[in-house]
Amino acid sequence: MSAAQHYVEHYRELASKLPGEHLPWLRRLREEAQSRFSASGFPSPREEEWKYTNVATLEKKLFVPTVGAPAGATDTNALARLRLEGAWLLVFVDGVYSAEHSVTANLPEGVIATSLANALEQYPDLIEGLLNQVVPEVAHGFIAFTTAYFRDGAFVHIPAGKVLDRPLQVIHFSTRPDGLSVTRNLVALEQNAEASLVETYAGIGDSSYLTASVTEISVGENAGFDHYKLQSETAKSYHFGGIYAREARSARLRQHHLAFGGLLARTEIHAQLGHAAECELDGLFLATGRRHLDTQTLIHHRAPCGTSRETYRGIAGDRARGVFAGRIVVHPEAQKTDAEMSNRNLLLSEDAEIDSKPQLEIHADDVKCAHGVTVGQLDPEAIFYLESRGVDEPTARNMLTFAFANEMVEKIRLSSLKRLVQSELLSFLPQSDIRKDWL
Amino acid sequence: MLKIENLHVRVDDKPILKGISLDIRPGEVHAIMGPNGSGKSTLSHVLAGRAGYEVTDGTVSYLGRNLLEMKPEERAREGVFLAFQYPVEIAGVSNIYLLKAALNAIRKHRGLSEVDAMDFLKLVKEKIKAVNLDEQFLYRGVNEGFSGGEKKRNEILQMAVLEPSLCILDETDSGLDIDALKLVADGVNALRSADRSFILVTHYQRLLNYIKPDQVHVLAHGRIMKSGDASLALELEKKGYGWVDQLTSAGA
Repeated sequence: MSAAQHYVEHYRELASKLPGEHLPWLRRLREEAQSRFSASGFPSPREEEWKYTNVATLEKKLFVPTVGAPAGATDTNALARLRLEGAWLLVFVDGVYSAEHSVTANLPEGVIATSLANALEQYPDLIEGLLNQVVPEVAHGFIAFTTAYFRDGAFVHIPAGKVLDRPLQVIHFSTRPDGLSVTRNLVALEQNAEASLVETYAGIGDSSYLTASVTEISVGENAGFDHYKLQSETAKSYHFGGIYAREARSARLRQHHLAFGGLLARTEIHAQLGHAAECELDGLFLATGRRHLDTQTLIHHRAPCGTSRETYRGIAGDRARGVFAGRIVVHPEAQKTDAEMSNRNLLLSEDAEIDSKPQLEIHADDVKCAHGVTVGQLDPEAIFYLESRGVDEPTARNMLTFAFANEMVEKIRLSSLKRLVQSELLSFLPQSDIRKDWL
Repeated sequence: MLKIENLHVRVDDKPILKGISLDIRPGEVHAIMGPNGSGKSTLSHVLAGRAGYEVTDGTVSYLGRNLLEMKPEERAREGVFLAFQYPVEIAGVSNIYLLKAALNAIRKHRGLSEVDAMDFLKLVKEKIKAVNLDEQFLYRGVNEGFSGGEKKRNEILQMAVLEPSLCILDETDSGLDIDALKLVADGVNALRSADRSFILVTHYQRLLNYIKPDQVHVLAHGRIMKSGDASLALELEKKGYGWVDQLTSAGA
C-alpha cells in the first residue's frame, strides 16, 4: 500500500471529525484535494522543484494523524522557552488548538486571532472567501494533503486601518512519537492594517513525527505585514511548510525564515506582488548533523512598480545538506520592477553540501533585476587571528559561523524574537556544548 | 624570556629562515630590520604558531618551555601576542566580544575567574582612549571597515588589554602617518616594563625614533647579518639595505 492509500484509508473514518465538515463548500474542497493527493502522492524527485529533496522516506514511514482528540499533556517548560514576551499567542499541540496555552485576551476590537476550527464555526463565510485562494494554482501533493486533511491552524484577521502594537505568535508544538500534524493557517490584513506574526515550529523528545503546514497570507491595499517563521523541529522529525502570500496594491510584506531543526525539512515561500507592492524576503538556514534543509522561494511580479529584496544565507556542516532555490518571475505587465536577490552560503565541512539555484525570469523590458550567489568556507586567516588571541579552534569556528548567521538574525525587528533565535542558533552550532565566551 | 637557536623554517619546501638565533631577556626591546623577502614576517608568524610553516631545525624556548610544541591559542594564553601586519576583518564579531573572549581565555588559563562585566568595560574604555579610537569602535565588527591606521591602533588596544609578556609587532608601523605612528609608539612605551619584552619587526628605522630598542638585528636572506645597539638602525638607514648584501659577500 502506498503512503497516499494509507492516509486516504486512515482519513476515511476520520473525515466526519475534521473541522467544517458541515460546510458543503469545504467538504467539496477537501474531496477534490484528496483525489489529487491520492493520484499524485507526495512529490517525487522527478518533479523539477523537488530534484534536490527526496521525500521517499515518507512512503515507508507512516505517521498517525491527530483527529478529534484534545491536546494531551504538554511540556510547559519547553513551550515557555519559545514564548515571546508581550505577544498574543495561539498554541497548537500536535496540530490541535490548545486554548489552555493560548493568550488572546485584550485583542483590539475587530481583530480576530483564533483557531481555524473555531473560525469555521463562527465566521464560515469569511473563511470561504479566503481559504485556498493564495496557494499555487498547480498544487503539489503536500499542499493537497493539507487541504484534504487539515485538522486545525491559526486564523488571523486584521480589519482595515487597524495597527497592532504587539506581535502575534503561533506555536506549533509536536509531542507524539510518529505523530502527524496537519495545519492550515490563514492570515488576512485588510487595507491599511499593520501587524507582525511569528510562527514557531518545535517539538520535544527525539521522536520522529511529520508536520505539514500551509500558511496563506493576504495583505490588503497599503497594508504592512511582518511574518517570521522559526523552524526548530526535533532532530528526527520531518517538516513541510508552505507560506503563500498575495499583496494588493502598495502593500508591504516582510518575511523572515529561520530554519535550524528537523531531519528533513522544506519550506516554500511564495509572494505575488500587486501594483507598487514591496516584498522583502530574508532567510537563514543552519543545517548540521545529517539534516536536509530546503528553502524554495518564488516571487511573482505581476503588476508594475513592484520592489523585491531577497537576502538568504545558508550554512551546512557535518554531513548535512542545504538547498536554496530562489526564483523571481517578472510578468510582461510588471514594468518598472526592481528586484534583487542575494544568496551567500557557508560550508563547514568536507561532507556538507549546499545546492543553490537562483532563477530570474524576466518578461518585461523596463526592469531592474540583479542576483548573486556565493558558496565559501570559513576564512583560515580569520581563524588564525582568533587563535592568536587565545581562542581555541572549535570556538573560533563557532564564533565565525555565528557571526555569519547573526547578520541575518540582526534583521529581526522584534527584540524578544531576536534573543530566542540567537539562543536557538547557538544550540544548533556544531559542538554547541563549547563555552560561548564571546557572548 | 625567548631563546631562539639555529631556527630553520621552510614554506612549501623553500627554505626561508636559515639558522636564526636570538636571545631576548625580560624587559628588552629587539628590533628586527630587513628588506622585503628577508624572512621577517615568517619569523613573527612562526613564533605565533601560524600553520603552513615547517620548522626543519632549531629550537625556540619561551619562559623555559618549548614554544614550537604549543598551539597558537596556548601561546596567546601564555602571553605571546602578535600584532598583525594585516589585521583581519571579521564581520559580525564585535570588537568588544573578541576582547572579552580573549581576556577570559587568558584568565581561565591562569586559573582566574571571568572578568567582571563592569570592570572590563572600565578597563577597555580607559585603554581605547589611550589609542585615540572612539568608543563606538568597540561595538563594530572586528576591524570591519577600519582604515589602515585604525586597524593598527586596534591591535595596540588588544595588546594593552591583554597585557602579554612577549609582544611581537609585525610591521605595525607600515602605512602609518606620523600621528598614528606616535600613538602606536606611545602604546608600546606605556607597556614597557621589566618583565615584558618586545620584538619590533620593521622595514624602516622611523619607528625606532619613538621606541628605543635595546638591540637591533639586520635580517637578510633568512639569516641575521648583523646585530648591534640602536645606532645600527641609523647606520642602516643611511647606508641602505644594499650595504647588508655587501656584508653577506664580505662574510662569505
